[in-house]
Amino acid sequence: MSKLLESFAAITGPDVVNHLRQLAESLHGAKVIHVNSTRIGGGVAEILEKLVPLFNEVGLDTSWEIISGDADFYQCTKSMHNGLQGNKVNIAAPLLAAYERANQACAEALRTKLTKADFVFIHDPQPAGLLDHFPDRHGKWVWRCHIDASHPYRPVWKYLRGKVCNYDASIFSLPAFAQQLPHPQYIIPPSIDPLSDKNIELSQEEVNRVFVQFDLDPARPLLVQVSRYDRFKDPVGVIQAYRLAKKFIPDLQLVLAGGEASDDPEGEAVLAEVREAAGNDQDIHILLLAPDAHRTINALQRAADIVVQKSTREGFGLTVTEGMWKSKPVIGGDTGGIRLQVINYHTGFLVRTPEGAALRIRHLLHNRSRMQEMGRKGKEYVRENFLLTRQIREYLTVLLSLRHGTEYRIDLS
Amino acid sequence: MKNAHIFAIKDCALITIATGRKAINLAELRENLQDVGSDSIYHHFWGGLLAPRFDEREFHNDFAGWARHSLREPELAERLAVINPAEGHDMEAIRQEILDVVDDRLDESEISRWMPAARQFEFLRSQLVIFDTHRRMEKPADLARQIPKMSTSSIFYHFIDARSRMQEPTDDFRFWLTGFGAEHEALCAQLAAIDPFFSSLSQIRQELTELITTYFGGGTA
Repeated sequence: MSKLLESFAAITGPDVVNHLRQLAESLHGAKVIHVNSTRIGGGVAEILEKLVPLFNEVGLDTSWEIISGDADFYQCTKSMHNGLQGNKVNIAAPLLAAYERANQACAEALRTKLTKADFVFIHDPQPAGLLDHFPDRHGKWVWRCHIDASHPYRPVWKYLRGKVCNYDASIFSLPAFAQQLPHPQYIIPPSIDPLSDKNIELSQEEVNRVFVQFDLDPARPLLVQVSRYDRFKDPVGVIQAYRLAKKFIPDLQLVLAGGEASDDPEGEAVLAEVREAAGNDQDIHILLLAPDAHRTINALQRAADIVVQKSTREGFGLTVTEGMWKSKPVIGGDTGGIRLQVINYHTGFLVRTPEGAALRIRHLLHNRSRMQEMGRKGKEYVRENFLLTRQIREYLTVLLSLRHGTEYRIDLS
Repeated sequence: MKNAHIFAIKDCALITIATGRKAINLAELRENLQDVGSDSIYHHFWGGLLAPRFDEREFHNDFAGWARHSLREPELAERLAVINPAEGHDMEAIRQEILDVVDDRLDESEISRWMPAARQFEFLRSQLVIFDTHRRMEKPADLARQIPKMSTSSIFYHFIDARSRMQEPTDDFRFWLTGFGAEHEALCAQLAAIDPFFSSLSQIRQELTELITTYFGGGTA
């Protein structure tokens, strides 16, 4: 067994890894290519960073390619992202032209590879236009949507649907996100990598260092929300919740730790709104972390008493799984994939308003034993359901399904 | 699973697929239930065992859970919850049972027909990929050694999915044991008594392990 697989076996048990190897046996040598828009920053890049080598270790020939473009391309794809999440955003024709140009240029650059691939995974809207440029493709193409597309803004979806409907299949994170499309729509919730810098076990010394680094008091309760500065993550709502709770728990501290993603042009504007909402409160710590500050994020989540992810729209919300993996109770927005992770009253609480979040913060901080129990349950729930090995198993199953047809049972034995 | 004297241990992986059908009230649920594929009904009873789930799940089929938490119809939820697919009915019989319960509720309460649910019910189906583990059992006593080592999905395939593959209400273990004649009838009866509907797969594996270890450890083999 390879070193990477061995490391996973140590966490999940060897059965899980053997299962992957056996499942992949009939796919040995298949050429698989993943295409997304960034290698660093954001949940998709984090997943691909491990998914690609693990695919290779179980015998597939897998690579990872990137689509890039000019500022108009990123503005367009950010608008598509927002539109898929339901924001009423109209995308101007020049931006769509930039989108088409970037996809065409990427198609030319990757023509030989993508034409020959047995399976191509196109992640999110940015490279979705590639398929149009491959009428002679050899393999199966799958559009993987990581976004909460449950209530898309129709004009945006109409445009994207025109690109996506010609794929052989699509994958959504939750059933509620699936759309009317003329091909199979598989459901695969995302997962975390327990061996990554963001999730690996840390020494107490390393955790303690973030208290010093960010001027936090380890003796006082700490709330942490880790996410990009994006309105759908509702960082201003988290500040409101913190303020409501602080009336009853004056010692309360809040960290909003925002990573940057190279494909998000709106981050700066939202960050300014958050700073304005925080005002001069010395107990609100607004951090702008480098895209590779994974260990710092890990330490902040471990330093937290409660992990918060008060999104109003969420594709999945991997920070929830990350928090649960660190045995923390999570207060999450009652939306999207957060509902699948936060089992209300068991692994945390689902909330819809800053008031609701404040109430649960107060409740938990007055019931420390409940926090511990929720943290314990959350970690086991993640171990069973949201580690990368489960996602790889489901991707492999999709490949086998695409190769062998639509019957309920595909017997390879 | 052929009734030969060699038992090939298989494993499986399940992938969930959206059907595109959704219901926002009880009338829509009924309309979809009438003609949704039987594989979808199967998924909503059994698929949860292989999908992300929380062990303390309140209801063991998705229809009952939706009735309780999204329609806020506790009586309907309780009636749907007692429908037991483990009793050996085919999925068409199960479909009719659900329709009967839903129809009763619609007759009882006009408001139930149109009252919107808090969340839509999404009809899903699944595909099961079955593969060989290359492990074999030659004699019944091998069960005691192999079952504890089987993955939970392997338990699903041999102990639960088998019920919908077989013409008779049985599972792969019992079917194989009957090939050895009447010698292990007592074990078959004990296996038949395990109710897989109210346990997680790891609990079922534990139950099977304890039962089989006791049986063979007692010198009955």
